[in-house]
Amino acid sequence: MLNRKEPGIRARNPASVPHLVSGISDFPSLPSPPMAILVDANTRVICQGITGSYGAQHTKGCWAYGTKLLGGVTPGKGGTKDAHGLPIWDTVEQAVKATGATATMIFVPPVLAADAILEAAAAGLKTICAITEGIPVQDMVKTRGVLDEMNSQGAGIMLVGPNCPGVITPGPKSTREGAGASGENPYTTSGCKIGIMPGYINTHISEAKLGKAVGIVSRSGTLTYEAVWQTSSRGLAQSTCVGIGGDPVRGVNHIDCIKLFEADPDTHGIMMIGEIGGSDEIEAAAYIKKHVKKPVAAFIAGRTAPPGRRMGHAGAIIGGADDTADAKIKALQAAGVTVAMSPADLGVAMLQAMKLG
Amino acid sequence: MKIHEYQGRDLLASYGIPVPSGRMITAASDAAAAYRDATGGNAGGLAVVKAQVHAGGRGKAGFVKLVRSEKEATEAATFMLSNRMKSPQTPPEGLAVSKLLVASGADIADRAGGGKEEFYLAITLDRATRRNVLIASREGGVEIEQIAHDRPDAIKKERLHPTLGLSPSAARKIAFELGMKGKQINQAADIMVKLAKLYVEKDCSLAEINPLVITPKSEKFPDGQVLAIDAKFNFDDNGLVRHPELTSMADNSEENPSELKAQEFGLSYVALDGNIGCLVNGAGLAMSTMDIIKLHGGEPANFLDVGGSASEEAVTEAFGIILSDSRVKGILVNIFGGIMRCDVIAQGIINAASKYKNADGSIGFKVPLVVRLEGTNVEAGRKLLNEARGKIPTMQAANDLGDAAKKVCAAVGA
Repeated sequence: MLNRKEPGIRARNPASVPHLVSGISDFPSLPSPPMAILVDANTRVICQGITGSYGAQHTKGCWAYGTKLLGGVTPGKGGTKDAHGLPIWDTVEQAVKATGATATMIFVPPVLAADAILEAAAAGLKTICAITEGIPVQDMVKTRGVLDEMNSQGAGIMLVGPNCPGVITPGPKSTREGAGASGENPYTTSGCKIGIMPGYINTHISEAKLGKAVGIVSRSGTLTYEAVWQTSSRGLAQSTCVGIGGDPVRGVNHIDCIKLFEADPDTHGIMMIGEIGGSDEIEAAAYIKKHVKKPVAAFIAGRTAPPGRRMGHAGAIIGGADDTADAKIKALQAAGVTVAMSPADLGVAMLQAMKLG
Repeated sequence: MKIHEYQGRDLLASYGIPVPSGRMITAASDAAAAYRDATGGNAGGLAVVKAQVHAGGRGKAGFVKLVRSEKEATEAATFMLSNRMKSPQTPPEGLAVSKLLVASGADIADRAGGGKEEFYLAITLDRATRRNVLIASREGGVEIEQIAHDRPDAIKKERLHPTLGLSPSAARKIAFELGMKGKQINQAADIMVKLAKLYVEKDCSLAEINPLVITPKSEKFPDGQVLAIDAKFNFDDNGLVRHPELTSMADNSEENPSELKAQEFGLSYVALDGNIGCLVNGAGLAMSTMDIIKLHGGEPANFLDVGGSASEEAVTEAFGIILSDSRVKGILVNIFGGIMRCDVIAQGIINAASKYKNADGSIGFKVPLVVRLEGTNVEAGRKLLNEARGKIPTMQAANDLGDAAKKVCAAVGA
């Protein structure tokens, strides 16, 4: 059992929150952590850019969800504490040394964010969630090149994003009345939320009517929420949801997450949300056909987008024949994936794929 | 962001890539002097006058002209500056032209076996490999997409190292493969290396030289000179913040005014042809909202992503942009709050309802408004809207995405 008290997010007197005053040992590991991919209830997390307005707001949101968010980094503010009493360090290396963190959430401004990713990688962090939107593409080409080099030597770094909502492995809602039921009160006992997604819409398997959990991987933030909401309201849980981001050069892609979901015993179905532009979904379709035994449902956004117009995401530009929504839908259907034609049918498609609907 | 051809030439020249001499003029009275400069005072020399607009189809429209005298240059300039250019890529009424490029008409060497020594050279991002790639072909001056489709062997590709860029040896290899010989090889490789440096340093998403040509042999260039005749650049908007020298080149005269206004407020807006205005957070959800409107028989009037960090003011402004399109007969607001809070959206809606008055002076939206809110601070958002319901009689709440699409399509009679 976690001996964490439930102060609620309004009562943020650090003295009432054991781990803030007496250090990280107040977070004992769960005897059998919930299965999931990338992050789970035992993942120790820091925030880079913790004193910026978004960094501060979402550090609070993640903490309130039950994430082991142990502090953050803002160069020049080392040794101080944030508004909620979490410690701040000058460098990621110091933060990792003090907290034993393995994951980070990055809210650093766009032109500095790629360097923040590299700082996290150099400090040995394994799961790097870059939330920042608007990182120059050339910065990501270089960063991805460096990470690929490190990973070829066995570093095992998983970059999620940039320009993404992050990763969440839902936990059971707290026993306190109303806890976890809304955005006002998102508290869970052992979830891990790293990012900006609303936590309360997610469902832990112990609280799902159908007793099955799906893994969700998506290029779009708010569409991920839509998929979570629709699966939750139809009685499914989520094992882990990964927003991989809409930028043309990013970290993990659909295939990386699908591979992890296929191997995770507590994921019973996989939902993939793609969009026009690029060829990731076509490659994912080929991978699913060959390697995936679990039921897969998918949706591709942008079927009606006019060609050649940029629709917000740097990635969502129609280019070659392979990157239209129709080409992607065909490839996925040929791979045995249940494709939702309407964004209102994400949950229904998942149930159909799992033969529950 | 795009820049004009004359600005692209300047950019190439600033990296030491040779371009034919020439300059930009804005008045026909400057054409004679520009012709003299471009041709080096060589009477009867060949020059070209080209309209500087972003739209393509200039040649067929008569807005690219070869001239051989001051008189011809002045006539061509007078025609281009006093007529609107119409092509399949311009609006039906055409585009006014205010800038012209007058450049030397470089002689191009004949290619052994027929044709001219014209090549294609470009650097862009290969999304599949997450690397920049140099693309080159012996078939310059033509539609490269067609060549790539018909004869993929005619296209050479070289991946750039993510941190080191293009090495001279890799560039020389491409020059050999393009069939270049003797002193042409180092000249072409030098251009490729410099183009790659420019592409990365200036945060380009495309840097293209088409055509790259070889001039006939001369005393100074015994194997001919390798020259960039025309260049096209696209820039990564995310990188522009560190390039004030590029943003100052922006020419917004051809852009949609509503799209420019949206940019100013950090909104991503694309005008479309339908009558249902959309206000959504997130690009994927915004595209899906357009998709579901079409599925229910409606037509979206726009794509509008308010992004994650919009203020109440920006949301209010978004309504102004949507309502400024007189074709809009209904509005769908679809918000799934994450970083964006539902109460901020709700307050933006309420502010917009009082700010944008109807033709008869009443406030509140005249057109039907369907609002679907979910996610962060949804209770606070719904409460605000419920309290303001009396002031916004055309507003309906929707339970989910499907319900929202049905309601708005019914409201506009789609």
